[in-house]
Amino acid sequence: MKTGNEVLFKGLFVLLVAVPLISQASVVDKEQADYQASGAGPFSAQKGEQLWQREVISAKDGRARSCTTCHGSDLRRSGKHAKTGKVIEPLSPAVNAERLSNAKKIRKWFKRNCKWTWGRECTPQEKGDFLSFIRSQ
Amino acid sequence: MDNGKSKTWSIVLTMAFTLGLIGISGLVLSDDDYEDDDRWGQSRLDVAPVDNVFYKEECGSCHFPYQPGLLPARSWQRMMGGLEDHFGENAELDDIDAQQVMGYLVENAADTSDYKRSRGISRSLGKNDVPLRVSTTRYFQRKHDELSERMVKGNSEVRSFSNCELCHTRAAQGSYNEHQVKIPGYADWDD
Repeated sequence: MKTGNEVLFKGLFVLLVAVPLISQASVVDKEQADYQASGAGPFSAQKGEQLWQREVISAKDGRARSCTTCHGSDLRRSGKHAKTGKVIEPLSPAVNAERLSNAKKIRKWFKRNCKWTWGRECTPQEKGDFLSFIRSQ
Repeated sequence: MDNGKSKTWSIVLTMAFTLGLIGISGLVLSDDDYEDDDRWGQSRLDVAPVDNVFYKEECGSCHFPYQPGLLPARSWQRMMGGLEDHFGENAELDDIDAQQVMGYLVENAADTSDYKRSRGISRSLGKNDVPLRVSTTRYFQRKHDELSERMVKGNSEVRSFSNCELCHTRAAQGSYNEHQVKIPGYADWDD
């Protein structure tokens, strides 16, 4: 026999914990499936981590840029925008449930940040590896 | 009869005198406010506040969501045409989103607004001026000419004139009244 409290608790758990996790997983899966459809894959969190650290010298200011320039190396912690100093909330979905939950935002920021950091758009393979890495943090 | 009349007159005179006093004290207390046609020294709005959720989300997630009434339409059009290099950052939007943001900016631009700062900024521009930074307009420069380098650019808590909200405590509400200014690290400052 379930008590009313038990049912309520389970319901809350599903709403607050399970639903966001599922939606995050399905959004990432869907994006990665799209990359695969264009010939990329399989994806690796380890490869994503290497790419995360990869530095490219900017043609604009002659300085090295990588993902860590603004996001840092620990995705569970806040980053800081290299120019404006604005705080960037943690990328890790484990500490920031909003992350990886919105496909439009994923695409928007990949486009902007790949171009700013590496001077070109990222390939589907790179994006898939990044998503696996970010998701694992 | 006569008594009633003189009573009425004395009330009218008292009211006129009181209003006069308020007016004079307003003038004396705030010379700059008078110039801005804001002689009551109240926190009246200076530019129309941002009332577009999409704009606030798209632009305000990286920087202070500047009110559209801070630049003329031609400036917003040029800026939205160059988002790939947006003051050194890539701020690209897809076409549909960019159209939506630009529509809001242009419809509420300084040259179509009645708010006093918007009018001030517009009036300070030449016909062919297309400023991309509010801080390069003559109006802005005149309003900030008493500030020293170390208070803004050299101030690690401010760094740039682009961070309106760090000193203008009510900037997000569209109020840039100088009595609401608090410069970080300069608690006692008052111009």
